[in-house]
Amino acid sequence: MPDISTYTAIRFGTGIADNQNPASGPVEMLANLEQPDRMTDRFPTSGFADRLKMSVNLIKLRKARRKKNATEEIQARFYAQRKEIRKIAFSDTLNHAARAIYSPDGFRERLGMFWADHFTIRQRGDGYQGSQAVYVTEAIRPHIAGRFADMLRAAVTHPLMLDYLDQVVSVGPNSKFGKAKKRGLNENLAREVLELHTLGVGGPYTQKDVTQLAELFTGMTVDRQTGFKFQPNVAEPGAERVLGRKYGGWWPRMSHIEAALEDLALHPSTARHLARKLVVHFISDTPDKGMVDDVAAAYRDSEGDLMATYGALLNHPLAFQNFGQKAKRPDEFLISAVRALEIPAKSFLSLKERKAGQYFFGPMAAMGMRHQRPTGPDGWPEELDAWLSPQGLAARIQWSMAVPGQIRKPLPDANAFLKVALADAASPDLTWAVSVSETKREAIGLIFASPEFNRR
Amino acid sequence: MSILSRRGFLKGAALGGCSLAAHPLMTSMTFASAAWEQRLVVIILRGGLDGLDAVRPLGDPNFAAYRPRLLKKSKSLDLDGYFALHPGFGALMPLWSAGELAFVHAVSTPYRNKRSHFDGQDILEAGTGFDVPAGAVRDGWLNRMLQTVPGLSAQTAFSVGLDELKVLAGPAEVRNWSPSTQLELTPQSRLLLEHVYHRDPVFRDAAAEAMDLADGLRVEGDEPLSGEEAMNDMAKSAFKAAGAESLAAFAAARLREETRIAAFSINGWDTHKNQGKTIGKMTPRLSQAILRLKTELGAIWNKTTVIAMTEFGRTAAENGNAGTDHGTGGLMILAGGALSGARVFGQWPGLDEASLYQRRDLMPTGDIRAHTGWIMRDMFGIEKSALENSIFPGVDLGRNPGIIA
Repeated sequence: MPDISTYTAIRFGTGIADNQNPASGPVEMLANLEQPDRMTDRFPTSGFADRLKMSVNLIKLRKARRKKNATEEIQARFYAQRKEIRKIAFSDTLNHAARAIYSPDGFRERLGMFWADHFTIRQRGDGYQGSQAVYVTEAIRPHIAGRFADMLRAAVTHPLMLDYLDQVVSVGPNSKFGKAKKRGLNENLAREVLELHTLGVGGPYTQKDVTQLAELFTGMTVDRQTGFKFQPNVAEPGAERVLGRKYGGWWPRMSHIEAALEDLALHPSTARHLARKLVVHFISDTPDKGMVDDVAAAYRDSEGDLMATYGALLNHPLAFQNFGQKAKRPDEFLISAVRALEIPAKSFLSLKERKAGQYFFGPMAAMGMRHQRPTGPDGWPEELDAWLSPQGLAARIQWSMAVPGQIRKPLPDANAFLKVALADAASPDLTWAVSVSETKREAIGLIFASPEFNRR
Repeated sequence: MSILSRRGFLKGAALGGCSLAAHPLMTSMTFASAAWEQRLVVIILRGGLDGLDAVRPLGDPNFAAYRPRLLKKSKSLDLDGYFALHPGFGALMPLWSAGELAFVHAVSTPYRNKRSHFDGQDILEAGTGFDVPAGAVRDGWLNRMLQTVPGLSAQTAFSVGLDELKVLAGPAEVRNWSPSTQLELTPQSRLLLEHVYHRDPVFRDAAAEAMDLADGLRVEGDEPLSGEEAMNDMAKSAFKAAGAESLAAFAAARLREETRIAAFSINGWDTHKNQGKTIGKMTPRLSQAILRLKTELGAIWNKTTVIAMTEFGRTAAENGNAGTDHGTGGLMILAGGALSGARVFGQWPGLDEASLYQRRDLMPTGDIRAHTGWIMRDMFGIEKSALENSIFPGVDLGRNPGIIA
């Protein structure tokens, strides 16, 4: 059975690297999380405020260049703005990935990926390419070791979420604006907050609660100058009832929405929904009921304190047993591979867009995960079967055999690399196969394609 | 160790239980093909297609009032004087005229009330009813259909694309592949991988199927690609491969051979705002996929039925953003030469407020499973009892709507 540190690195982290010591166990993992998030400083991304400015400018220039009297200078400025956005989007994407690859605290990175998936967004607005990195930096990472209610509020009110789930166009039908413009409700965000972000689809809510929450949410918009803005003149007047509780009065305020989000965060169904998701994500597609109960209880007893919740997860006996019940997602697979290959951060960050597509983002799509393009707000699948289909595995095998030799020259000695990449998780079958391989390329390929490297 | 002796060693290892030939999937033997001549293509439309916009009940006196913004500027194509087609499906009108296109209106799965895409799709693909909690069933109805027919080869059914398709998942063996996927390995790498995988059934079976398919699909006479070239090709085409037309072309190529059933999905039908734009983009995609199937299948098209189904319909009334929200009663789209088409099947419930489901959605008056069941019975001779007891447990098939000619 693998050592605890193998579990901390592979099951709870982003993989083993020779130049990083994996956490020795739960105590160290939790202590690391108490530290500040150093990776956001080391690998910075742009902020939403910058992106908004560029996006507004792009839209303005696009309009101007379509006019009959558009000058060449306008055309040039449009192309320059588009180019700048593309450059920043790519840089944000690489920096975002670099955090997971180079962090000494893999658990924080995996939690970041988990919560980013829980609060999935997909870029919609013009000029926001690659902005998932911005969203994760601003709405998710600051709250990883805090209260769930704070993360919920940050994610649900982030302009990129309001944009993705159509909140920006939802209008109270009886609001001043709604009456004048004959606009109305859009229940997309309200439904997903109940179904995905808080209670879970099995939770005790009805269509009426969805509609009421959608009415309560009206007023949250994105201002083209300042970003998030609560605009009372588009908010539905009057109080709303969600899960039997009344929010607000005649005059709409953001604090009413915040109160509802706080209550939803602390709801027992939310505790259970989140606990189950955590256990499914980190441990097993068929979670142990007792473990889910323990994690949910810790969440409830601490009123949604995430550190206490993770503590219950990590201190459960099953946390460090039965290695390899889950499949790494394609992004986790690639991150852990680059980590093991010890590609210097400088080389990774200086990758050209075409090469990054050829080595990472294209292969990732072939493995079934189109970067930043999940099919729905429920994020990526958890089940092992979803990733280890014949076509998904074929892409992993082909990547393993073809790409490492192109990004790490020369390839390391395979027998030594086996210990680096898998420590004591390597099986005798793999160890033997690596030892009889004809080429280093093939041996390294076998390591990356192996069940033990693809499971966690 | 010399190369020769290493190979000898490997050969010994192979005989020890992980040989290529020993694995049933690895051999290139010809599978017994199904006795069927008919072909069935199932397309899952994810996101909730607005059936009321796709096939518009212009003859219903209440319809126009629900859709002032959606109907403005959108030209409807008359079908039968009562229903009219969304202009995005215009390319399918010749099929309608030829009796090769049909619809079933106001249908749904038994899923009600929560209107979740994800539970809705799970139930659609599981083919189950109220009595089974979402996610409890691990096989899809199309897989259970295969389970009821003895002696089918693994080639009989093909799941196409990079997305997981639960409708075909289950114990009956099916093929899974994407048109963009390749696998180029040296014989040595292949044997070693076999060894590394032989104790892990998930990896062993997926890799065996992958190698077998990659071998079978390689064009004879073509220079084999290097692993690097194959990866590059795959990386470049993986994004494009999600395109409905390439999935359709790949499915058609399989259906020309031993495959009788193919399934794939087209995502992106969730239209909460500016529906005109989104549905205007999606409808031609589905049209092109259907037309591509027809073209590629040639004479086989006459024995083919395409069923496109979605997790739910959308609200009768447009919302405040020229879109529609999650609803209940929806639409099935049927195409193929095997149809007795040019008809809109189903029982129209009407659209006055009292006739709506929860005063909000088109009332479902028929079950998607019943219509699909009759199609499978008339095409493949599947027994009614198998349909009612195992493929769609608990379904009430009702009377045969006579969809198949």
